[in-house]
Amino acid sequence: MQTGEVVLAARDVSKSFGAVQALRAVNFDVHRGQVTTLFGENGAGKSTLMKILSGVQRPSGGEIVLEGRPITLNSTVEARQHGISIIHQELSLSPNMNVRDNIFIGREIMGATGVNFAEEERQTAALMRELEEDIDPLTPVEDLRLGQQQIVEIARALSVKSRILIMDEPTSALSATEVEVLFKVIRDLKARGVSIVYISHHLEEALQITDHAVVLRDGEMTANAPRAEIDLEWIVRHMVGEKYDLGTPPTGHEMGAPALTLRGLCVPQGSGLAVDRLNLEVRAGEVVCIYGLMGAGRTEMMECVAGRLRPSAGEILLHGTDIAHLTIAQRIAAGLVLVPEDRQRDGLVQTMSVGGNLSLASITRFTKRFMTNRRAEAAIVEASIRDVTVKTDGPDAPIGALSGGNQQKVVIGKMLATHPSVVLLDEPSRGIDIGAKGEVFRILAERAKQGMAVIYTTSEVGECLAIAHRIIVMRRGRIVAEFGADTTKEAIMAASGEARVA
Amino acid sequence: MSEIPGETKMAETTGKPRARGGFDIAHLLLEGRAFFALIAIIAIFSYLSPNYATIGNFLIMANHVAIFGLLAIGMLLVILNGGIDLSVGSVLGLSGVVAGYLMQGVELEWAGVILYPPVWAVVILTIGVGAFVGMVNGVLIAWFKVPAFVATLGTLYVARGVGLLMTNGLTFNKLSGTEALGNRGFEWLGFNRIAGVPIGVIVLTLVALIAGFLLMRTAFGRWLYSSGGNERAAELSGVPVRRVQVLVYMLSGVCAAIAGLVLSSQLTSAGPTAGFTYELTAIAAVVIGGAALTGGRGTVRGTMLGAFVIGFLSDGLVIIGVSSYWQTVFTGAVIVLAVLLNSIQYGGSGKRG
Repeated sequence: MQTGEVVLAARDVSKSFGAVQALRAVNFDVHRGQVTTLFGENGAGKSTLMKILSGVQRPSGGEIVLEGRPITLNSTVEARQHGISIIHQELSLSPNMNVRDNIFIGREIMGATGVNFAEEERQTAALMRELEEDIDPLTPVEDLRLGQQQIVEIARALSVKSRILIMDEPTSALSATEVEVLFKVIRDLKARGVSIVYISHHLEEALQITDHAVVLRDGEMTANAPRAEIDLEWIVRHMVGEKYDLGTPPTGHEMGAPALTLRGLCVPQGSGLAVDRLNLEVRAGEVVCIYGLMGAGRTEMMECVAGRLRPSAGEILLHGTDIAHLTIAQRIAAGLVLVPEDRQRDGLVQTMSVGGNLSLASITRFTKRFMTNRRAEAAIVEASIRDVTVKTDGPDAPIGALSGGNQQKVVIGKMLATHPSVVLLDEPSRGIDIGAKGEVFRILAERAKQGMAVIYTTSEVGECLAIAHRIIVMRRGRIVAEFGADTTKEAIMAASGEARVA
Repeated sequence: MSEIPGETKMAETTGKPRARGGFDIAHLLLEGRAFFALIAIIAIFSYLSPNYATIGNFLIMANHVAIFGLLAIGMLLVILNGGIDLSVGSVLGLSGVVAGYLMQGVELEWAGVILYPPVWAVVILTIGVGAFVGMVNGVLIAWFKVPAFVATLGTLYVARGVGLLMTNGLTFNKLSGTEALGNRGFEWLGFNRIAGVPIGVIVLTLVALIAGFLLMRTAFGRWLYSSGGNERAAELSGVPVRRVQVLVYMLSGVCAAIAGLVLSSQLTSAGPTAGFTYELTAIAAVVIGGAALTGGRGTVRGTMLGAFVIGFLSDGLVIIGVSSYWQTVFTGAVIVLAVLLNSIQYGGSGKRG
């Protein structure tokens, strides 16, 4: 068996859900001891293909070939018996159980007197050493940071001695140093002959680790090449089918008076401070990007300004008035809104329609004496759908039927429908494809031109340089650097304390 | 096994458009299952007994349904919020006792007089008691973060205990009042009819219409559906989630108090054990009506159908002479079937195709 030889292959695999064709005759090769990365926008069919390869779903057509023999995978258990494991994008750990029990859940090592916890613990400790992560096997998973939880998930896949490991967005919650560790682990795995299938929205990062690239678009494979022949531009061109542009800072309008001012803002977290005496001033019409690693205090700062968290000290001034004592509803009425980071958890009401979600924050605008006015609501919803260009069957479509990017536009549209003067967006581009990213930034830039103050956070340096007039770098709850739009990625990353990746 | 939660989550979040057939029989049957079940029940019992399908019998059965129906409407509001209210049966009992206590006359020893409040005052005070118990539930749940199950389990016991204390375990019998004292008319709720329709049924209809209006046409309804569907998202959208929660439990208490008034008026007596385990029947009606116990989904129409399914089924079994033990079995089977269909409708299992 040679490195680089095709170990697992999908041949003309198709998958349809009712009338929707998710995959059309896709051919996909996994090479022994190498990393194959699957690129594609949301809804391109990446997850569906991975679910088929890992036995979660069965294809409607085509076949899966493992080492030259066609196989059928009826469940994840069967896939695992063939040596195929998947690490899901959404973690599937039990938060109330400890690391050891999570790793060995469902396949406990049995001794004469029941589960052999000592042996499990020893193996867990060995895995953690291998992953260079200082985690006690007896720590409950809920006490770990998100990045560490991801490491546990990876450890679990490693512990079953997989030959083929599918990683669906493994780095989305990791800090730069943790990504480095992960990449080192991946290289070790390759050396041992393990084949890796890698999915990531973080294109630059994926390019560092991959040996082969496969691009999917609308359920079809559009390109396929070894690493040596491709670059970032090639991937993006095949993903979106055109050149992409995240936009430039809006110009040609006057910056107004300070819209949002933070003075000495502190937000407590445990015994310490998540946000430590932070000062910030954003003017009307200005776009400010806040860059920082996970845990830098960006989310806490935004949630505190929006009213979900209470500050322990400091002032929050909206157009010069202190709003620190107002409720979330009062802040929205005063013109300050937050688009939260996690749209599934904090942004959308999954049981409601697209229209119901869009109008949720502006209920008072179409209510008179407790009664809602359907016509007024429909007008607001129609305007929002147009405004933020949501692609949907109509206001009554279930929210779950939209792609990630369109769901994000609904969350943004919901808050913009309240006519805010200051909008905070926490990671507005997370988990959405490049096309949608560009549109989101275009919408924000337009609003800024009309005098809205826009503050957004991001973990991707490239997005700092999109539409922001000013880039602020946060680290451990404080602002450590401030740049104009003419700065470079390297300068921003150095200021954030990020070990420079490549 | 450990992959299962991950799988269902993925299915929700990948945002793949779900296949939705335009017109298909299975879908229609699933959507309207409570309605079809009711039709089936009426058809079967009409075939089995000539006395079943008469206007008179329908009105009698509807009068029985009124009690559960009122509780179920309050329960629906709570379940839409993602909670549960186990105290409604006890609140029903307590309300009857309070009404009975007030009808007997309240002796004020320090003043040396006995007050006989008029019936309208009794009704208002009793409803106030229901709202108060609901408020206690709501405050415990919304502000002190006590799980709804536990908080309302506690008030279930307390309300029942207070009812027993007030009556010493006995039953108030004379609820009809006396002309001389000016407090006659309590039995009106239970016995009178308007155009042949029992007052209980009219009360239920009114409450159902008000609840339906509240849910579909008011800001409160929108707040309720959104905070039940995703409380964090609703909160960040400016919905006063805690106030909604308290109000929902208060409304549930009010519905239970109204049911208590109707029941004690029907019986012209108020016993402290009235409404024992009725909360479970109310939950069953809501579930059969297609509401999701996780919150955010459900309608008054469905809940009413659910209440009628349970009521018409058990009364039908009585009419054809099936033992009451079998009734219990049938009711249980219907509930399980309903929950099963709920999980099919809301895609409980992650696997498709």
